[in-house]
Amino acid sequence: MTDAEQQDQGPHPAQHWFDDDAGPVVRPYAMTRGRTSAATRHRLDLIAVVVPEPAADDPGRDQTLSPEHVEIVERCSDTPQSIAELAAGLDLPVGVVRVLVGDLVEDELVHVTRPVPPAELPDVSILREVINGLRAL
Amino acid sequence: MAFGRSSRKKPLVEPVTLKILVAGGFGVGKTTLVGAVSEIRPLRTEEILSEAGRPVDDLHGVENKSTTTVAMDFGRITLRDDLVLYLFGTPGQDRFWFLWDELAQGALGAVVLADTRRLEESFAAIDYFERRGIPFTVAVNCFEGAQRFPAESVRGALDLDPEVELLMCDARDRESVKNVLVAVVEHALVLADRPAAPVPT
Ligand SMILES: Nc1nc2c(ncn2[C@@H]2O[C@H](COP(=O)(O)OP(=O)(O)O)[C@@H](O)[C@H]2O)c(=O)[nH]1
Ligand SMILES: [Mg+2]
Repeated sequence: MTDAEQQDQGPHPAQHWFDDDAGPVVRPYAMTRGRTSAATRHRLDLIAVVVPEPAADDPGRDQTLSPEHVEIVERCSDTPQSIAELAAGLDLPVGVVRVLVGDLVEDELVHVTRPVPPAELPDVSILREVINGLRAL
Repeated sequence: MAFGRSSRKKPLVEPVTLKILVAGGFGVGKTTLVGAVSEIRPLRTEEILSEAGRPVDDLHGVENKSTTTVAMDFGRITLRDDLVLYLFGTPGQDRFWFLWDELAQGALGAVVLADTRRLEESFAAIDYFERRGIPFTVAVNCFEGAQRFPAESVRGALDLDPEVELLMCDARDRESVKNVLVAVVEHALVLADRPAAPVPT
């Protein structure tokens, strides 16, 4: 929670909006070394889940990887995590995590689950399970 | 340097992940609502925006451009070890709508959180979800001190379709928020069961 949010209770004057949800970029982007996400790479959904491949256990594979790449694999090795969770956990912008995960996919060290296809609702049986699951919380 | 300490003992579970959006004006209680049901403290992610206010995919030279970030809060509910629901609190301002486009892709549904003292701040979100055929429920966050209005008059003020549910809620209360989420998914279920109607363009 930001200071602005903690201080303000109730309705907020319009000028506070900018300060809460937006801010200047101050982080270095050295870790992507200026690389771009290749055009062929699909844009990874925030809830796409990163799953390490068995090859990620192979010590010979990771000479060129940055510590951030390694940390992503390690964070997912017990419980696969979503792009959103990785970004929050590593304290990196989502765009940077997308590039790093894209590298790992290319190196076949991880694969990424496909979320429900765009423009399609999850099927009825899943929705029923979600309702039951929520009620049981 | 090896990843992990030893070979994996058990196969990893690859969960089906779903998302529900929580939209509404600043300070209406989105983060509070997410936190009331999330098993983790609401986390923040940041997207980098270009000068034009679009999300940046291409990080080349981004350090030289004038960019800002936009933060989204999200929480997680593990319904089963293979079924995980994420809630995303989405900034309600018009200038962040490109974010909604991305978030709305594949979203199961949405909560529009409203405050009766400034209902007009929910209009944009309601319009957005109506136009895209995304199932949503309106939840009026009942702040103390705010005058209570009957649900019918709030519905009227928001010009809601009869099938859109409107609930009173307390964004701080887990049971209350659970009810809101169940209402969203039930509405999604009704729409999913119905033969697809042409979406107006
Ligand atoms: N009294 C009361 N305060 C609330 C309620 N929901 C949120 N708040 C407070 O309102 C402020 C803004 O809430 P927050 O969740 O950060 O709003 P957001 O900007 O929509 O994410 C915080 O100080 C919350 O503690 C509520 O139901 N009742
Ligand atoms: Mg918030």
